[in-house]
Amino acid sequence: MAITRDDVLHVAALARLELTEDEISRLEVQLNDILAAVGKVSELDLSDVPATSHPLAVVNSFSPDEPRPSLGLDDVFANAPERDGDHFRVPPTGETAA
Amino acid sequence: MIDTLRLTAEEAKGLLERGEVSGAELRAAYRDAIDARNEELHCFLTLVDDDENDGVPIAFKDVISTKGIETTAGSKILKGYVPVFDSTVAARCKAAGLQLLGKTNTDEFAMGSSTENSAFGPSKNPWDPTRVPGGSGGGSAAAVSAGLAPWALGSDTGGSIKQPSSLCGNVGLRPTYGTVSRYGIVAFASSLDQVGPVTKTVRDNALLYGIISGRDECDSTTVDVPSVELPLAEDLKGLRVGVPKELNEAEGIEPGVSEAVQRAIELCAELGAEVGECELPRSVEYGLPCYYLIAPAEASSNLARYDGVRYGPRQDADGYYEMVSRTRDAGFGDEPKRRIMLGTYALSAGYYEAYYGQAQKVRTVISQEFAAAFERFDVLVSPTSPTVAFKLGEKTENPLAMYLADVLTIPPNMAGLPGLSIPCGLSEGLPVGLQLIGPQFSENTLFRAGHALERAIGFDGVPERLR
Repeated sequence: MAITRDDVLHVAALARLELTEDEISRLEVQLNDILAAVGKVSELDLSDVPATSHPLAVVNSFSPDEPRPSLGLDDVFANAPERDGDHFRVPPTGETAA
Repeated sequence: MIDTLRLTAEEAKGLLERGEVSGAELRAAYRDAIDARNEELHCFLTLVDDDENDGVPIAFKDVISTKGIETTAGSKILKGYVPVFDSTVAARCKAAGLQLLGKTNTDEFAMGSSTENSAFGPSKNPWDPTRVPGGSGGGSAAAVSAGLAPWALGSDTGGSIKQPSSLCGNVGLRPTYGTVSRYGIVAFASSLDQVGPVTKTVRDNALLYGIISGRDECDSTTVDVPSVELPLAEDLKGLRVGVPKELNEAEGIEPGVSEAVQRAIELCAELGAEVGECELPRSVEYGLPCYYLIAPAEASSNLARYDGVRYGPRQDADGYYEMVSRTRDAGFGDEPKRRIMLGTYALSAGYYEAYYGQAQKVRTVISQEFAAAFERFDVLVSPTSPTVAFKLGEKTENPLAMYLADVLTIPPNMAGLPGLSIPCGLSEGLPVGLQLIGPQFSENTLFRAGHALERAIGFDGVPERLR
């Protein structure tokens, strides 16, 4: 399953990374090397083995439904690049996703 | 005169309790040590000038959110980020009276084994500054080893507490998954991340673990934890110690590392333990590939939050998506980008089952193999790192070679098991770490075994060049 330049571009778009030309060519080589190494997991026949998503045998964690104070708005916006009243301001979204 | 190179946290606590030194004097002693050695070693990213507390000083790896104190995770994308709340571990240390000295260097987003992936430059190993301190928590490990902090907190996903502790000659605990809250910890791979102590002694380690562990209603993955017992016994009578063949004979283990570990295993028997061999047939061979699918997949999801909207520096653009993509390209370094790309690929349509799904099944196999070994043994032992501290720059051009630094710490991590690394000798004049692995929630057993071995080994944790 070799990774092509088009695959790199496709995945970069999914991950919202605007890569430079240099990064694209480097990642094409490195991702192929790494995938060749990690692809080793496919050697094992594990069709009857259940998957582990989480290492503890804990299913649910319940706590009482009691309201507590949350962060004030000034705290919420303290690190924001751009605030507009009670909103995070961002550039217009009226475009097609890259 | 306080000798910060030798003073343990337990001794510091005693001095304070008996009124022999004040919290301010203790802080001043560590600040002097920091002034003398931090420029060379680059352990700290941020120094804290004063603290409302006056207890034993401590340092935190810079992935631990501290209210009002910059927290960068070693990344440009969090440069200038000042948390508006404390992580639970920071709050618990505060409640215990500990005073914060500063935030320590880390590979960016805790991704790495040398601190060379930090956006703010690498830390250096106090035993030999031409070598790495290990990573990702190299700043915390180097700070403790160089006497710049009596103890510190790190975080461990694939080995980021255990491996730097091994390379710097410290005691490092990666606790059982679920025992320490991750609330307010910069997330890397959520099914693996754990916070834990980096200390000079096993008793210090148990003390600090006692402060930070326990269920937290802000982290639903935490559970109730057995109360922590400070180890006293100096023998290992009745303890069954297993030596997994694959973890001790893996390719790439340096002969000097093997010899030091072998001597420690002989000591186990001399101290009264029953020692026997066991096998983990697939855990070591498939552990690393399994980890490098699961951790990047989870990282690609966790790191989606860095979008230039709510915090962090933003790159300007005319449109929203362009702004997000540019902000992420400018803010992330090479390693996070590599892992985001790898993880996104492994989770993408058509590849999910073959990569991520299969890796989750391998994870089950690893857990089963360890469970089988723990039917016969209380503790398993191996080297923590296959090598002693390597040279700065030695592995930076080859990501796969760097990944191999964690080949022995990853398998138990995949199964959520606790692991304690203690120094067990020198090879080429550099510290070698012994990894003690137990079943889930067996921290007290690891402390007991680690303490008895520590006493018998008598390792001098002060780097020779600083004595």
